[in-house]
Amino acid sequence: MQTSTIFLALIILTVISFALGYKRSHAVAAGHGGIKSLHSLPRHYGYMTALWAGLPALLILLLWMGFEQRVLHSLVLASLPESVQSMQESQLGLYYNQIVSFATGNIDSSQLNADQIGAASYFNSLLASGRIIKSALVFVIIVFGAGLAMQRIRPSFRARNNVENIFKWVLFACSFIAVLTTAGIVLSVLFEAVRFFQVIPLTDFLFGLEWSPQMAIRADQVAASGSFGFVPLFVGTMLITLVAMLIAVPVGLMSAIYMSEYATKRFRTISKPMLEILAGVPTVVYGFFAALTVAPFIRNLGESFGLNVSSESALAAGLVMGIMIIPFVMSLSDDIITAVPDAMREASLGLGATMNETIRKVVLPAALPGIIGGILLAVSRAIGETMIVVMAAGLSAKLTINPLEAVTTVTVQIVTLLVGDQEFDSPKTLAAFALGLSLFFVTLLLNVIALYVVRKYREQYE
Amino acid sequence: MWSENTVSNMNKQIDSNTDRSTNRNTAVIAASLKKRYAREKRFQWYGRLAVLTGFIFLFLLLADIVSKGTPAFTQSFIKLSINLDPEKLGVDANSTENELRQANYAAVIKRSLRKKFPEVSGRKEKRRLYRLISIGAEYKLRDYIVAHPEDIGKRKEFWLRAHSEADSYLKGQVDKNTPEADRRVKDNQVNWLNQLHKEGLTDTRFNTTFFTAGDSREPELAGIKAALFGSFFTLSVTFLLSFPIGVFAAIYLQEFAPRNRLTDLIEININNLAAVPSIVFGLLGLAVFINFFGLPRSAPLVGGIVLALITLPTIIITSRTAIQAVSPSIREAALAIGASKLQTIFHHVLPVAMPGIFTGAIIGMAQALGESAPLLMIGMVAFIMDVPGSIMDSSTVLPIQVYLWADNPEHGFMEKTSAAIMVLLLFLIIMNALAIYLRKRFELK
Repeated sequence: MQTSTIFLALIILTVISFALGYKRSHAVAAGHGGIKSLHSLPRHYGYMTALWAGLPALLILLLWMGFEQRVLHSLVLASLPESVQSMQESQLGLYYNQIVSFATGNIDSSQLNADQIGAASYFNSLLASGRIIKSALVFVIIVFGAGLAMQRIRPSFRARNNVENIFKWVLFACSFIAVLTTAGIVLSVLFEAVRFFQVIPLTDFLFGLEWSPQMAIRADQVAASGSFGFVPLFVGTMLITLVAMLIAVPVGLMSAIYMSEYATKRFRTISKPMLEILAGVPTVVYGFFAALTVAPFIRNLGESFGLNVSSESALAAGLVMGIMIIPFVMSLSDDIITAVPDAMREASLGLGATMNETIRKVVLPAALPGIIGGILLAVSRAIGETMIVVMAAGLSAKLTINPLEAVTTVTVQIVTLLVGDQEFDSPKTLAAFALGLSLFFVTLLLNVIALYVVRKYREQYE
Repeated sequence: MWSENTVSNMNKQIDSNTDRSTNRNTAVIAASLKKRYAREKRFQWYGRLAVLTGFIFLFLLLADIVSKGTPAFTQSFIKLSINLDPEKLGVDANSTENELRQANYAAVIKRSLRKKFPEVSGRKEKRRLYRLISIGAEYKLRDYIVAHPEDIGKRKEFWLRAHSEADSYLKGQVDKNTPEADRRVKDNQVNWLNQLHKEGLTDTRFNTTFFTAGDSREPELAGIKAALFGSFFTLSVTFLLSFPIGVFAAIYLQEFAPRNRLTDLIEININNLAAVPSIVFGLLGLAVFINFFGLPRSAPLVGGIVLALITLPTIIITSRTAIQAVSPSIREAALAIGASKLQTIFHHVLPVAMPGIFTGAIIGMAQALGESAPLLMIGMVAFIMDVPGSIMDSSTVLPIQVYLWADNPEHGFMEKTSAAIMVLLLFLIIMNALAIYLRKRFELK
């Protein structure tokens, strides 16, 4: 049976369980003087039966699906001869992929040896028996769960409380997914990064001044591999972020000040959503704009001044990223400026200060911690931004702070290292996870600081 | 002891002191006032300038995309009279369908072009002549012959799709003043196209192919249908996962969660996840779903799961706000007549909060629709010609199609990229408009 068929069967059986539980409660109640004698409404007994039947079966099915490929992988590999098992990990992966492709009918037998063909039929037989066991298991669990629930149905049984208790756990599980996601991110990135640092020492990574992973294509080339120095990537990322901030902070902050202190209500209700459109535009669109419109424009402009501007200059990528971040800085600063109590403004105005003196000498100093927090959030967003730099920034890591030259960033390198067909275990691929780890921690740190500062600031005026 | 006299004397003294200093201050203030007012004006203008800068950026961005993308919605066609000669085609009316599919359609098209311009000679010139017509014309002819094998041997007139270079000339995008070496459309091609145009043998029509085809190596044959379907499947998975999970999580956190460390941990995690760069989620998808669980690469299933994790914080946060905004009197009324907590929430609180929750869900979906970086990680960046049929098929999504086309230097693809962006933006505008509409209705209540 296909997985979708099993899912469908599971849903149908769960609905049937509901009906059975519902009927059963009526039948039981009839012996005790009608449904008034039941603790809960008949449908609660139905829900209970359905939950007891469907929920465990669903969990088992999902678990099975999650681990099916892994179990198949190890079983099939175990059946292969010694010589194959002692192959290098990357070759073994290719070998196994061929088996699976043949077993699923994607390639013909001409590219395979006898061992592989044998393994493929073993794979298929395992898959087939797995399907039968899976279907049977799901069926048995449903019948067992429904039976157990049906047996419990008595007028005194508190079905509604039972259902609500189960449901509370489901709700909890849903909110716990956030924790699992974070754990998943940390573990997956950390795990691969540790393997990377076994090959490349941590100090080389953190303090190396050169980044050229292109040489380490094959695992046996590690000795002669390229260098994995993080510094040029970090400098490149910071350079583009700096350019972006030089655009986004003045424009965003001044817009926020104007909107919250000067603009009429009508102007604000029209112009604020319009500027927020900039935040809703997909980043790939900005990337296209940067690569095909802004970068050539800046290059031509530079040429007319006699400057030599790279066609993938940090300036172009940073400028467009700055445009993207304007609404972000604007809304955050706007929130914070409006949170400054009016009493402070009125006191200053009452002393005869003009509006701009009030803003510069009273409102902004009061709002400064919050604004800095907002800017930190914007910086973290700029560091993690991917598509603009992938499309408009360079690929070669150059250690420079000249915004007219091409630099590369952490996210660009992650994408270049992982897009395309790559052996999963080469240091080159693992390097992407090490970069991901550093990216995750830098942005996490910035966010934690920023959120802390913003929260502290809000508390101050509440 | 203070006598009345001394007090009044002192007062006089103070008065005269303040008088003098007031006069001085007034003079100073009056002198500086002009400067201060000028500065005030200037400051206001800085504010206006900042807002204006934002508007200008927005306008430039949209104008650039629209002006580049609009021509992609039309396509030039060239009318040719074609002799469906059985000898040239290598098939006749009695051939099987398979043979008809293999027939040499390029030959008859080329011959008809040579007939049209008999003066063309030399291999290079001829190749340029053939380059006026798209390779898609052969497919069109093939489909026609397969449907009407009885027309073999007849002479028929066809509107054939122009090659993207010829197409861009016919749409007036080629500047004839640039030196010939710098343009794709050469002088003799220009002359032929001008002649065809004069004879009324060219036409510009709405480019339906753009919406009905998958990706292609030829710009004039490339379309976004495969990417649209990929986006549809991916977003379906995302919605089916993130909406229920997000709403349930919001209900738990807002209504049930006890104040303890575990709840704090969950809340901190949700807030942090909202700010984690999306590419890191892509790494998670690659390491966990593809390498650990062995789910297929490039499939909307994995893409949908990853996007669901990305949109989850958005949906949870907006749903919590919506649930919190429900008036306590509704809750209290339900509880007072004996409803359980869960009944209160599902029968009374949620229906009222639904518009707000939907607003959040739509915003989350819009975010997911435009997301591309994490999908690059899990291999949804492939050349997809065929429309995917399920969530397990290899596919790509609209933003990634944009990314792939943007890499192509050909003018035809740049046009298509902008047009695909226009479609993407259209979807986003519709979704956001819906969200705003729902929010407005919600606010009225």
